[in-house]
Amino acid sequence: MDFALLAFYAFAVAAVVSAGAVISVRNPVHAALFLVLTFFTVACTWILAGAEFLGIALILVYVGAVMVLFLFVVMMLDVDVARMREGWVRFLPVGLIVAVVMLVEMFALIGVKARSVVPFAQNAAAPATGGTMPNTTWLANALFTDFLLPFEVAAIILTIAVIAAVMLTLRRRVGAKHQDPAWQTSVRARDRVRIVSVPTEHPAVEATASNTEEGKA
Amino acid sequence: MIPITTGLTLGHYLALGAALFCISVAGIFLNRKNVIVLLMSIELMLLAVNVNFVAFSRYLGDAAGQVFVFFILTVAAAEAAIGLAILVTLFRNRRTIDVADLDTLKG
Repeated sequence: MDFALLAFYAFAVAAVVSAGAVISVRNPVHAALFLVLTFFTVACTWILAGAEFLGIALILVYVGAVMVLFLFVVMMLDVDVARMREGWVRFLPVGLIVAVVMLVEMFALIGVKARSVVPFAQNAAAPATGGTMPNTTWLANALFTDFLLPFEVAAIILTIAVIAAVMLTLRRRVGAKHQDPAWQTSVRARDRVRIVSVPTEHPAVEATASNTEEGKA
Repeated sequence: MIPITTGLTLGHYLALGAALFCISVAGIFLNRKNVIVLLMSIELMLLAVNVNFVAFSRYLGDAAGQVFVFFILTVAAAEAAIGLAILVTLFRNRRTIDVADLDTLKG
């Protein structure tokens, strides 16, 4: 048993335990933090498998962005935890039975197939490229040649998701002051300033006094 | 007699993915009143699928598996953003995120 296998077992146990904590702790904030731990541990196993880019991307995207979003939303909402836990015990047998049966079936399938499996090569890109190319370069070559169109579609999906999220949560309050850029740019001078001609009514003797006041101002 | 291998194999990663997937299925059964934990379980499920993709990509020496993980991460991030936005709107309108209270369409 080599060191990588021992490290994998440690990571796998940590991932499974923290995933179990995600679904069983009472407080949603704690669940989100345990989910962070799960994602981080799984990213460690991916780096162990030679997928460095995806491991780093998982940490950046999930731990950095999605989990922060989760924590924000959880803390903004006033959730009644006790009410949410109603039915937890009632659904426990069903959930456990389904999960355990699925797990046993999958393990049986994997165990049958894994009998003939050889260990991983040193580098994931080794079979395709002769072992000289790093994993990230290999992935980038595939991503920007064969998968260029899906890559652009992914960018569009993200843009649409951002617009949709903003539009869903945008709330127009009554009486809120806001700018209207279209109105600001299309404004004309005569809409703002109106010049009227007023006849002078001051007597000539007071003209000098008003002139000095204007000079001070 | 097939020799028992001592290195890291495909089966290890598939077992980890299967375990995470089953935990998230159990989470959906157990926390069916709390939408936040339901969303977290879905994220966990997508992660389990990604583990399988990475393992098979490594096993077969094919970059397409890792590219697909990239796309799944993209879609999962978009899904989380929109799901949480819907959740915030829901809470704003109904003052609750209990799934049992959301029975307007029941008739």
